[in-house]
Amino acid sequence: MVGRHGPAVLAHLALLGLWVWATTAGGVPRFIIPGPMETFATLAAPHYAWAHHVAVTAGQAAAGFALAVLVGMALAVAFTWFAPVRRALMPLLVTLNLVPKVALAPLFIVWFGYGLLPNILITFIIAFFPIVITVARGLAEVEPELLDLVRVQRATRWQVFRKIQLPSALPYLFSGMRVAAVLAIAGTIVGEFIGSEAGLGFLMLSAQATLDTPAMFMALILITLVGVGLYLSVVVLEALTVTADARLR
Amino acid sequence: MPVSAEPFLHLARVAKTYRSGTREVVAISDVTFDVAEGALVALVGPSGCGKSTLLKILAGLIRHDSGTLRIGGAGFDAARDIGVAFQAPLLLKWRRVLDNVLLPAEILGLPLRAARDRARDLLALVGLAGWEDKYPYELSGGMQQRVSLARSLVHDPKLVLMDEPFGALDALTRERMNLELRRIWAASGKTIVVVTHGVQEAVFLGTQVVVLTAGPARMADGFAVTLPEPRELACRATPEFGDYTQRIYARLGM
Repeated sequence: MVGRHGPAVLAHLALLGLWVWATTAGGVPRFIIPGPMETFATLAAPHYAWAHHVAVTAGQAAAGFALAVLVGMALAVAFTWFAPVRRALMPLLVTLNLVPKVALAPLFIVWFGYGLLPNILITFIIAFFPIVITVARGLAEVEPELLDLVRVQRATRWQVFRKIQLPSALPYLFSGMRVAAVLAIAGTIVGEFIGSEAGLGFLMLSAQATLDTPAMFMALILITLVGVGLYLSVVVLEALTVTADARLR
Repeated sequence: MPVSAEPFLHLARVAKTYRSGTREVVAISDVTFDVAEGALVALVGPSGCGKSTLLKILAGLIRHDSGTLRIGGAGFDAARDIGVAFQAPLLLKWRRVLDNVLLPAEILGLPLRAARDRARDLLALVGLAGWEDKYPYELSGGMQQRVSLARSLVHDPKLVLMDEPFGALDALTRERMNLELRRIWAASGKTIVVVTHGVQEAVFLGTQVVVLTAGPARMADGFAVTLPEPRELACRATPEFGDYTQRIYARLGM
């Protein structure tokens, strides 16, 4: 493990080293890039209530992401079962996918007000497209002969889905979920930037108002960690299902 | 076999035409033959002769547009009583060997405990005892094809349909698998219809051979093969064997 992941660990440490160097010997002013110690010291500042804001951001990102996975899969299944639905909605989805979802955020605030709901919906709308598209493709790309095999036994549509299509589409689902996890955290932060009274995005704007760069850096690091958490949960889930049974071979 | 007995399989002037737009392609026509229960029928012919189409019609995957087809008589349930093995093993990559074999039993909702015992027996029959918990990628092509064979038998079907089951294997493995197939057929007493494009293979395998030609796609001949049982590879050197293959080559215009 150490040997295989060694270079990756080194690269992360090198970035950290570059940060330390830039803020000390490098002579970059502190209000532009604060040093690591100064940044982590802001965690102790009680008025920022980090734990609460981390929980809000993580909760919104996870909820929006989960909604995207559920709705995305349901729609992909509908596309597979009902060809007319697919022919009508798939091109529409591709068009809608070209709308910059970030630009919808101000509208969502108008429609749904401030708070959790609009942020979850923004997260959802951003994360949802890669799920539908990858799962729909995964379900569609099952070998026709594999379907023939179970149709001889008069398998029901549900059996075909449950035993053939869904398992063979799982690798596609996970690649969609990896992309969606990255997008989800971005969606949540955009929502918090635009209209919110809690969350790390909100906190970052508050810190900006007082030019507290160290707190902004700390918020950025925590946002990244929330994203890493979401991404890792997908990777772990994937390792437990798809990789464990060698489906990708 | 008493003369009065209804044949297990009865086809009379079965035909199928594929239509796409204004184009029509005759996949098969004029297929007429009867099969007694327990026979091993080899469907032989070149690419495009419609043998796979015919097999799919027998499997109930596509419908013929004219002619008569009767399978198995009263009490025959097509879902329960037919097993298939295709040219590719078509194993589910995420299932272990035993669970792959169980697939038809699961779909039919058969009691799984009994099916599992049967699947183990069948894996032993095809020479794969001890491989139950492997994943398909751990098996060679020939072994995967044996799993596919075991799977086609797991629900104890009366009729087993095989579409060039060994077509993708190398020549030696293929000969070995043909011997296996004959042994399994003799041991199980099933009626088996196997598609092949090998003339020698058809005569070696079949107790009955049906010859299909391409362009026009139709049935050209059908006859019983009487060679000493159990058949051994050496029987291919006998004059009788040569007569049968000559007859097929002649029908195919070669």
